[in-house]
Amino acid sequence: MISDPKTRMAETSTPSQQPFRLSMLLNDSRYRSRSIEIVVLVGCLLFVFWIIDNTISNLELLGKGVQFWFLNEPSGYDINQRLIEYTSRSTHLRASFAGLLNTLLLAAMGCALATILGLGIGVLRLSKNWIVARLMAVYIETFRNIPVLLWIVFFMAIVIDTLPKPSDFRGENPEASMILGESVAVTNRGVYVPEPLFSNSLGNISFFGAFDISLDLVAILAVLVAGIIATGHVTRRANRVQAETGDRPNTWIPNLLLVGGLPVLVLAILGLHLGFPELKGFNFKGGIHLRNSLIALWLALSLYTAAFIAEAVRAGIQAVSKGQTEAAYALGIRPTRTMRLIIIPQALRVIIPPLISHYLNLTKNSSLAIAVGYMDITGTLGGITLNQTGRELECILLLMLFYLSISLSVSMFMNWYNDRVRLKER
Amino acid sequence: MTMAKASFVRMEMIEPSTPPLSEVGIVGWIRENLFNGWLNATLTIISILGIFFALYEVLPWMIRSSWTATSLDECRKAIAATYGEGVDGACWAVIRERYLQLFYGFYPADSYWRPNLAFILMLAALAPILFPAVPRIVLLFSAGYPFLAFWLLWGGSIWGPLAVIAGFVIGYVITTKLTDRYGLLVGGISAVAGTVAWWFFAAEKVADLAHSVLPIGLRPVESAQLGGFMLSIAIGVTGIAASLPLGILLALGRKSDMLIVKSVCVGFIEFIRGVPLITLLFVASTLLNIFLPPGTSFDVVLRVVVMVTLFASAYIAEVIRGGLAALDRGQHEAADSLGLDYWKSMRLIILPQALKISIPGIVSTFIGLFKDTTLVSIIGLLDPIGLTTSIRANFAWNGIIWELYCFVGLMFFIFCFSMSRYSMYLERKLQRENR
Repeated sequence: MISDPKTRMAETSTPSQQPFRLSMLLNDSRYRSRSIEIVVLVGCLLFVFWIIDNTISNLELLGKGVQFWFLNEPSGYDINQRLIEYTSRSTHLRASFAGLLNTLLLAAMGCALATILGLGIGVLRLSKNWIVARLMAVYIETFRNIPVLLWIVFFMAIVIDTLPKPSDFRGENPEASMILGESVAVTNRGVYVPEPLFSNSLGNISFFGAFDISLDLVAILAVLVAGIIATGHVTRRANRVQAETGDRPNTWIPNLLLVGGLPVLVLAILGLHLGFPELKGFNFKGGIHLRNSLIALWLALSLYTAAFIAEAVRAGIQAVSKGQTEAAYALGIRPTRTMRLIIIPQALRVIIPPLISHYLNLTKNSSLAIAVGYMDITGTLGGITLNQTGRELECILLLMLFYLSISLSVSMFMNWYNDRVRLKER
Repeated sequence: MTMAKASFVRMEMIEPSTPPLSEVGIVGWIRENLFNGWLNATLTIISILGIFFALYEVLPWMIRSSWTATSLDECRKAIAATYGEGVDGACWAVIRERYLQLFYGFYPADSYWRPNLAFILMLAALAPILFPAVPRIVLLFSAGYPFLAFWLLWGGSIWGPLAVIAGFVIGYVITTKLTDRYGLLVGGISAVAGTVAWWFFAAEKVADLAHSVLPIGLRPVESAQLGGFMLSIAIGVTGIAASLPLGILLALGRKSDMLIVKSVCVGFIEFIRGVPLITLLFVASTLLNIFLPPGTSFDVVLRVVVMVTLFASAYIAEVIRGGLAALDRGQHEAADSLGLDYWKSMRLIILPQALKISIPGIVSTFIGLFKDTTLVSIIGLLDPIGLTTSIRANFAWNGIIWELYCFVGLMFFIFCFSMSRYSMYLERKLQRENR
């Protein structure tokens, strides 16, 4: 087709060497995006300056500046559910920190229960058993289509109105009794569970004077982590021996000893015994008291989120094509191994991203604790501290910063994970 | 060689016999679906026991109820009189007495036609968006609907909303006049500047003037009187409708090559998605007035709507980004090869397809947003959950809990469930079209 390459060559145009004109900023596609960017930048900066200027003049009118010293003043309110030492004479900063730990506690408890329930419900939703599958569908639709705030107040009402009062446990013929061998008391003021006590306790270590960390807990966790790392070595060594000799040395006995035996040994050395809750006067004493608000929130958030997780799990399992199972069987892989090596890894690739985002939603929804009076960070820093000090700007800023740092770090982890599990396309 | 004499040769086929009774009909179905294997049998029995127990606990309470009392005491007496002492029954009378309040809040009773009309007109305004068969001219009505609804709900002079609409008309006129002569960018910027100038400096005066000449208006209703499901629907629908254009812009910005535009959009989206809605509502109730020029103070419902819109737009942006990413690259290239510029290729080629893909996501964002409107009860607005507290505060109904929660939950369930079914239907329909 190309008869004479030389004439074709001559037709290719060189970029026009026009002198720069002002109108090229708008009409020339080489400069236009730059000029739009500059306009956007200037617009954004003007907007931000406008807001800052307004804020400064408004705060001047109200007679207050922006400062964070109020965090050092005594808070003057009580937090009934707390993980660290706290009294009403403690500072606002400490109150916020107690609230922050409460948020994390609620989020961790909620995520754990929601995962267990969601996995179970998601698998049962796909069951061939007609009645079970329908029941799970009803569960999922009920919880997904009703606002979580309604569930929270509803569960709070259930805990307060239907569970026995502590006074019902008293007397010759009590209306209510403790369960699990007289160790757990379920009352409308909350649940009392036995607390672990150590007769040879290592004591506490002060963390920069801010709060105490139990050395017993540190020791147990350290042993547990060391055990898990050691099992990795055992398994790797077994793999190596198997590769060299063809015989696989027994791994589960040393692994069980490392993961289960070592912590039990440490617990025995520390002298673990349980402190049981006892009814004294009008209330229970001893044990760990999980407040009714914590219980209601925990149940409501986990049941609500479990419905979403169940759908994610169902989608994940359904996303693995049946051909994968058949291919594995054709290779002669046993059903349990097919599940472990073929199905689950592929399903997890689909399940984990929505799962993490549901964890994040649960954490953000835990801010609704303020509706039932659980003192999480929204209830302390964004609630009472804000109202007492009147420092809306600073409090809400810190509050947002906290939630933002949680979600940003989680989404960074997500990006890393997605990158890792992405199908390597060649 | 002769064949060995066969002792038996089948001459005709035997009729297939019917399967055994245990394999067909109800028995067969039950065996196959409920009792194949001990695990399934256990699950079935547990489920049946669970359902039976739940119904046993709840049904008598629901049925042995009173519908006619006017207070909780009276209700308990009526139940005791009908079903005997000590029977615990539901007091549905509270729903019968207060359902109007749960729907409309403290809206003046003689003006209920206004929210009703607004709701019906909303369906009419949605029709051209949902069904392509409706004539396109109705879209003009859809565009004007938000102002009409605002006027119907809040009342006041009609000239205020009209003056705001006039701003858009002015913007449109400036764009068309200037674009021909100076190009889209100059036209667009001066149109925005002209519209904003009109709103800030002239609109209010013109509206006042017009009102003094020709007073047309409805009785004004204060925001504190708005409540119930009306408030939830108003916030939810406004939030989603206003967040759609914003979300589209944010999604396009996030996919843009321009670094500054992209980082502004990413920053905004990640910030909004990273904080709980309740903190944004705190901003609406306490901080928004600090951010605005001294002396401005506008209505709390409006402030909430602004924050909810910003909140929803970040989520909508992510949904639409998904739709844009799902679109084949060839579509972009095809648009480029036709010589369309950026906005034309977006408007004619990319966005119609991307939006179509993201409809299910948009609907589920809307369901989430509608459920989240209950959060406004925490900052003191009277949405259905806030109203349950306020009804309980009344002496006559002090102590009533379950009936109200059941009713509110049921209403939310009906609304959200039908929306999610509709979205699933859309998803199936669109899948078929894509195939």
